[in-house]
Amino acid sequence: MAVSDTQAVAATGRSGGLAVPSPLVILKKYYSVLLLIIVWEVVARLNLVTPFLLPSVSSILKGVYKATLEADLIRDTALTTYRALLSFCVALVIAVPIGISMARIRVIHWFFDPIVSIGFPTPKISFLPIFILWFGLFDRPKIFLATLACTFPIVTATYLGTMGVDKYLLWSARNMGTSENSLLRKVIFPATLPQVLNGAQIAMPISIIVVIVSEMLMGGGGLGNYIMVAQRFADSVSVFAGLLVISVLGYLLQKILEKVRALVLHWHEETQHESK
Amino acid sequence: MTVRSTIVVLWRYAPIFILLAAWQMASELKFVPDSLLPSFFDVVHRWLEFLADGEIAKSGTFLWDAVRSFFASTVVTNTAASMWRGMVGLGLSIILGVTLGIAMAWFQKLRDFFEPIVMISYPIPKPALIPIFIIWLGLGHISKIAVIFAGCLIPIVISAFNGARGVDRYLIWSARNMGTREGKLLWRVVVPASLPDILSGIRMALAISFILLVSSEMLAAKSGLGFLIFFLGESGEYAGMFAAVLTITLLGFFADRAYLTIMRRILIWREE
Repeated sequence: MAVSDTQAVAATGRSGGLAVPSPLVILKKYYSVLLLIIVWEVVARLNLVTPFLLPSVSSILKGVYKATLEADLIRDTALTTYRALLSFCVALVIAVPIGISMARIRVIHWFFDPIVSIGFPTPKISFLPIFILWFGLFDRPKIFLATLACTFPIVTATYLGTMGVDKYLLWSARNMGTSENSLLRKVIFPATLPQVLNGAQIAMPISIIVVIVSEMLMGGGGLGNYIMVAQRFADSVSVFAGLLVISVLGYLLQKILEKVRALVLHWHEETQHESK
Repeated sequence: MTVRSTIVVLWRYAPIFILLAAWQMASELKFVPDSLLPSFFDVVHRWLEFLADGEIAKSGTFLWDAVRSFFASTVVTNTAASMWRGMVGLGLSIILGVTLGIAMAWFQKLRDFFEPIVMISYPIPKPALIPIFIIWLGLGHISKIAVIFAGCLIPIVISAFNGARGVDRYLIWSARNMGTREGKLLWRVVVPASLPDILSGIRMALAISFILLVSSEMLAAKSGLGFLIFFLGESGEYAGMFAAVLTITLLGFFADRAYLTIMRRILIWREE
């Protein structure tokens, strides 16, 4: 058993820590992706399908490069990032207090529980036309809708996290004379934090998705708008370039959030285990 | 349902009724103009009109006409169009996703090939694929089905893969020892043991399918609830738009609830 455990650890690459995989290893690991890209490029180059349907990989990369030089892609990326991050942060500020007080105060639980249980599984994007009606045509409906959509997973995660705080922790803190106020700040909140961050990690892609769909539907700049405009002009290269940038953005934001998690939870077991 | 449990349910959902009452009051007392928020009763009234507006050639038999008119009404035709797209897309992604996920866990070669592809496509925000599928497949049903299929596939593959990979080895060894053939082993041991993971992956996919359905219908469609919402909104028919939004909200909620019930039924054999 012990042998297979170490093998498993070695396989995931965590135990070494220093081991930088050689290019050959990466090549072997990602050969299917490379193969796919090569097939794609060859199919596109041989004109087996029209460039309108499938532009070649190299032309897409060139498209990203050109659009970056012309600065509109950078502006749109910045706009989308700004909208998604702002909604995400506002949602955190709103949702965490709601989640914690739902777990601590009965009336608040009574009030919010049915709202969350109905609101969570419904597609919030369907509210977009209503938000346009209420908040106009610019940034506000996009940001508010994304905030709304992000709020539900964070509230749920925070609520579950607070409910699951170890009772012995609370009892010992109280016994040692912690006041109710600092109990919340010093015990409950830190103990809930891992769950809050779980919720945040679910909310981040939701925020990007809602912002991008709103941009596709409403215009007003941003990457969603960028690919929609490109599609209307039958500019497939830009559609694919936009998709590539959106995917990289989504990936980066998710990675950054993981880093923040490790930073915020540096005292927590999960981080300690990984650094060992 | 006993009186007691009815009261419990009513008490649980009382905040919703309070909100709806507050909405109605706000309109009655003119706190908000009708152009921004049509009253709740107006919305319900419009919804009922949508349910009764089915135009059909009368056949004379009252009951038969009523049934046909119901199925030709705005609410039912558009809901049916949306549901059809959603279910076909989700159904296909479940079939392929579960198969691929389990096969990836079972055959190392398949895993080596597909795992990096899955990992790379995971962080793509799926609605960004809509314009590409419109380029490829046009504006009809197929492009929506394909978007839903592509969006739901990855989470299902990942959950089926994780589920099948996590199957207790002793289960497999005991089944082999007791003479289960390899083909049956997969079907009788691995699939049931990974079912909890698969089912929660499908629940996630269900939510994704609704998002993709609504957004793709809003972007380009001539039928479906997403189309209805956007069309009514652009023509300034706000009571109707709210009615359509409420329809899709309730649909999303009840789909999730129904799925949860089925999921618990299927997993009834599990301990816990």
